[in-house]
Amino acid sequence: MFLVFPALWVLYLGLTNYRLTGVAAADPQIVGVDNFLTALGNPRFWNSTWLTVEFVAGSAVIGQAVLGFAIAWMLRDRRGPLRRIVEGIVILAWILPSAVVAFLWVALLDPGDGTLNAVLGLTDFAWLLDHPMLSVIVFNIWRGTAFSMMLYAAALGNVPPSHLESARLAGASGWQQLRDVVFPHIRGHVLTNLLLISLWTFNDFSPFMLTAGGPDGKSEVLAVHVYNEAVRNGSLGYGAAISTIILLINLVVAVFYLRLLRSKR
Amino acid sequence: MAAIELRGLTKVYPGGVRALDALDLVIPDGEFFALLGPSGCGKTTLLRTIAGLETATGGSVVIGERDVTGVQPGGRDVAMVFQDYALFPHMDVTDNIAYPLRIKKVAKAARQAKAAEVGARLGLDHLMDRRPGQLSGGQQQRVALARVMATQAQAFLFDEPLSNLDARLRLEARTFLKKLQRELGVTTVFVTHDQAEALAMADRMAVMEAGHIRQIGTPAEVFQRPANTFVAAFIGSTPMNLLDGVVRGGTLEVAGCALPVPTSAQGLLADGEKIVYGVRPEYNAYASEPAEDALGGKVVIMENLGASHLVTLDVNDVLVQAIVPEGREPAIGEQGWAVPRRDRALVYRDGELVAG
Repeated sequence: MFLVFPALWVLYLGLTNYRLTGVAAADPQIVGVDNFLTALGNPRFWNSTWLTVEFVAGSAVIGQAVLGFAIAWMLRDRRGPLRRIVEGIVILAWILPSAVVAFLWVALLDPGDGTLNAVLGLTDFAWLLDHPMLSVIVFNIWRGTAFSMMLYAAALGNVPPSHLESARLAGASGWQQLRDVVFPHIRGHVLTNLLLISLWTFNDFSPFMLTAGGPDGKSEVLAVHVYNEAVRNGSLGYGAAISTIILLINLVVAVFYLRLLRSKR
Repeated sequence: MAAIELRGLTKVYPGGVRALDALDLVIPDGEFFALLGPSGCGKTTLLRTIAGLETATGGSVVIGERDVTGVQPGGRDVAMVFQDYALFPHMDVTDNIAYPLRIKKVAKAARQAKAAEVGARLGLDHLMDRRPGQLSGGQQQRVALARVMATQAQAFLFDEPLSNLDARLRLEARTFLKKLQRELGVTTVFVTHDQAEALAMADRMAVMEAGHIRQIGTPAEVFQRPANTFVAAFIGSTPMNLLDGVVRGGTLEVAGCALPVPTSAQGLLADGEKIVYGVRPEYNAYASEPAEDALGGKVVIMENLGASHLVTLDVNDVLVQAIVPEGREPAIGEQGWAVPRRDRALVYRDGELVAG
């Protein structure tokens, strides 16, 4: 009820010219697939789609998954304070509320009084204006790595030590051990992890809190694009249409991963 | 092929547990050597330290005249069969056997030929395309053995190689392993907690307790002349009778009975000394009539061992066991006499064997 109805409502809205204010707010008209055609002809939409791909690939697949795995792998045999400190820091980034984290990052990256510029000895380097996508990607890596790290740490616990030792006795290098022992064992975990973080990142709205999509749409990922179109411009119908497209892309991504997950090598 | 030599080998785990305490051991080239002991005695740690999977805290490991103490496992030229076999589930039998060769960058055709050759020798030829998950326990074990053989390492290390097999298969595998080792002539060290397995397979064996080697010898030596009461109690499918006694004149007073001094301890005991008298149930003859130089008492328990029975006598509140052959079993409550063989009975002083 609460899940399906809003979803169906979005599908319906996407076919109307519903607006936040004005005549069309009181009496929306069915306009068919016009909204979708507008979106597909809108360079701003394509820009957002491309930025979203960058965002997902850069911050989720490469950033969170690789970094999370690397931390989990390095900490796998460690006990004691080092492990607890690293885990503590990483998990802290995950449990803080988004609004707080976003504020911290705005303060960190501020051109005038930002911590980062102070540390690097730069003055008036406007990270969020000059490198908005980079800032947003690094922000999301920092924010989401904890999940991947914990998932991989649990997965690595399931790799039988004797298999790794067997490979070591054969003379396998670290990379060969990963390729021949670890990845075949945690393949399912890797795919589940990628599926989840890809979808979460795809729909992630927190970049808005750093850059609001700007400057000039340079960090306007699809989730932010929808918000800007639907709420700030008031074109609810058009926003709903883009939401539907996002939904379809998510479906494709999910099916792709689930296919991989089911296929036994 | 090479000898293995351990000098003052010590392993202390973080937290202070001394798993190995200054061990010295020489295993000659081609020997089938067993490390035997109860769990936690350090036998597996010793094997893993030879393999390089554990780093020694002190001392050195020498394999074939080469000091490998600081060498990574992959550079030691040893191969290991793990207790769980450690076969890679995503590779078929051929790839599993050929894996160490692949790491050593042997060409694909050559390593597949080697895998096929070794596999055929172990009767795996019809299983080469299967995954480990599709094999029985015995077949998996042979794949693990084949992988070890394909490496042509200097020495083989087996960690409890038979413990994952069911009882019947274990006996077959025991004979098979021994025959295979003999044919290959590769120095082999295996770890087991099963004394029967060690006695049956090994050329020589070390009995370990709490990080120390308590005795090294051939299975016959270890069985017939355990060097101390720990080994005496650990070895043998029925535990040795270890009875407190005192030297009185020319005889030993044990459980209220007078026994002659065993041959091995002749002339080595002082009058009035406290000793422990050891005799295996197998070396106790049983008599249902009063006998000379015997431990006499009431039959309290009878245990069926198949072709014989284990009789437990209550001798003045001390329990003494003897083996009775088929057809001569006494009834519970009867009087019986256990007559130790003088040439097989042993005397321990402060836990150590008294012998000339």
